[in-house]
Amino acid sequence: MARLTREDVAKVAALARLTLSDAELDTFTEQLSQVLEHAKDIEALDLEGVVATAHPFGLANVVRADELRPCLVREEVLAMAPDAEDGRFAVPRIMGEAP
Amino acid sequence: MNALEVARGVREGATSASEQLTTTLGVIGERNEELNVFLYVDQAGAVAAARRVDELVARGEDPGALAGVPVALKDNLCQRGVATTAGSKILEGWRPPYSATVVDRLLAAGAVPVGKTNMDEFAMGSSTETSAFGPTRNPHDCTKVPGGSSGGSAAAVASRMTPLALGSDTGGSIRQPAALCGVVGVKPTYGLVSRYGLIAFASSLDQIGPFATTVADAAVVLEVIAGHDPMDSTSLPEPAPSLLAHVDDGVAGQRVGLVRELTEGADDDVLASVELARRALEDAGAEVVELSIPECRLGLSAYYLIAPAEASSNLARYDGVRYGLRVDAEDVAAMNEATRTAGFGAEVKRRIMLGTYALSAGYYDAYYGQALKVRTQMIDAFRRAYREVDLLLGATAPTVAFAFGEKTANPLTMYLSDVFTIPTNLAGDPAISVPFGTGAGGLPVGVQLLGPGRSEARLFAAARVLELANGGA
Repeated sequence: MARLTREDVAKVAALARLTLSDAELDTFTEQLSQVLEHAKDIEALDLEGVVATAHPFGLANVVRADELRPCLVREEVLAMAPDAEDGRFAVPRIMGEAP
Repeated sequence: MNALEVARGVREGATSASEQLTTTLGVIGERNEELNVFLYVDQAGAVAAARRVDELVARGEDPGALAGVPVALKDNLCQRGVATTAGSKILEGWRPPYSATVVDRLLAAGAVPVGKTNMDEFAMGSSTETSAFGPTRNPHDCTKVPGGSSGGSAAAVASRMTPLALGSDTGGSIRQPAALCGVVGVKPTYGLVSRYGLIAFASSLDQIGPFATTVADAAVVLEVIAGHDPMDSTSLPEPAPSLLAHVDDGVAGQRVGLVRELTEGADDDVLASVELARRALEDAGAEVVELSIPECRLGLSAYYLIAPAEASSNLARYDGVRYGLRVDAEDVAAMNEATRTAGFGAEVKRRIMLGTYALSAGYYDAYYGQALKVRTQMIDAFRRAYREVDLLLGATAPTVAFAFGEKTANPLTMYLSDVFTIPTNLAGDPAISVPFGTGAGGLPVGVQLLGPGRSEARLFAAARVLELANGGA
């Protein structure tokens, strides 16, 4: 795999919704490269046919009866939100002005 | 007094929960400023919980297995109405609207939660140095780290602030600080303890477990918090195992494997402790054989792809909308980004980016996909080993407690502190770190016992043998 570039890190930061300064871009590029360099040992392995593991004991598709049960208290949840209005979370505008 | 002694004293009326709490708050008052163990002490809540236990005793009702025992909670465990930050600025001021299942179970057993302990931010670190609220100091030597990420919980028990604490272990975050602080620390079988109410780091690896001064105390806590919980879909569908009753089972006739890869590269003082532990197990009637699990060498690489990948997804929820910090901006996307940029520390950003990269188009198969397959190989390798032996023995950490700043400049150096603990998390198996001897500077050394899934009773029995050999009562 090609070496991690400054541009790769800038792209990843944008995907992860993080703003990085120029100095941070340099530092993170170097540090993340080191970790990925270390990961070369597994990148190089031939693991054709090996099944990937998600749960170590193979628990999958856990279901429960579809019945009412208590949930969180709305007022308590909203009291902890940065902003709330009319029983809902409030955020800054998402859409632009109507033309 | 240890936890079982406190609980017995409270039940029999020799002491009271309120009296024990006063002692605990006294030690916290004396030492917390110096050690930075508790981020928040919930004095009012603890006083009320202690009073409830004392009232039950007065009425002649059973207050539970942990009657009146003060317990410290790692700050990524939610307790309804009690400040919880996960060591991050992004959650500063947040009070959870619900309690973790483990907290409810502790309360039901009569334990008294006294507050939230310091940790590496979102449990990402091995020294508590990534906490947004300053590092915790090792009670044995204030110039040294307590280990991490559950460094505050380990230090709470080591400094005798509380007889018990809970932490979480994703790659060693209970066992490594337990070793560095000289206390017992347990990472249970994946799924044995509900993760409901644990602030998620890497969900397929995270597991909650106890810190204690004795093996029996750790066993009783695990009995209390283990067992199926419908609120956690990864929780194993079975009741809590019986552990305390097996603590004195010994190791006679057991086969123990000393794993080369779980000691190689460790300092001489650590190796000396492992060797002494081996002899103690042999003296108690176990047969110790040396063996090799080469897959362990791939653990670090696999872990540092899987855990950040899961973290990048889990931490997407901190976007300034529903809880915690919000940094205002002109539109919602700018608000999300400004909030995350201001709220997360450098290590968390590093891991989010690493995970985002490992999951991104074009790299997914080479990194994340490959790491999941290595995980399968790790599981198979441990299962093969457990066909030959009952338990495994190794070091917990390569060194004793290190100095502040010693490993912060190079992240990979810090990551290597968890090289002996990570394989267990990938395998989903349980492991325990027991203090055994001392190393450089008189600092504690921990040795690690590992077992197959659901082997906790056997692990505690072997740990107890080491505790006795190390001079424990």
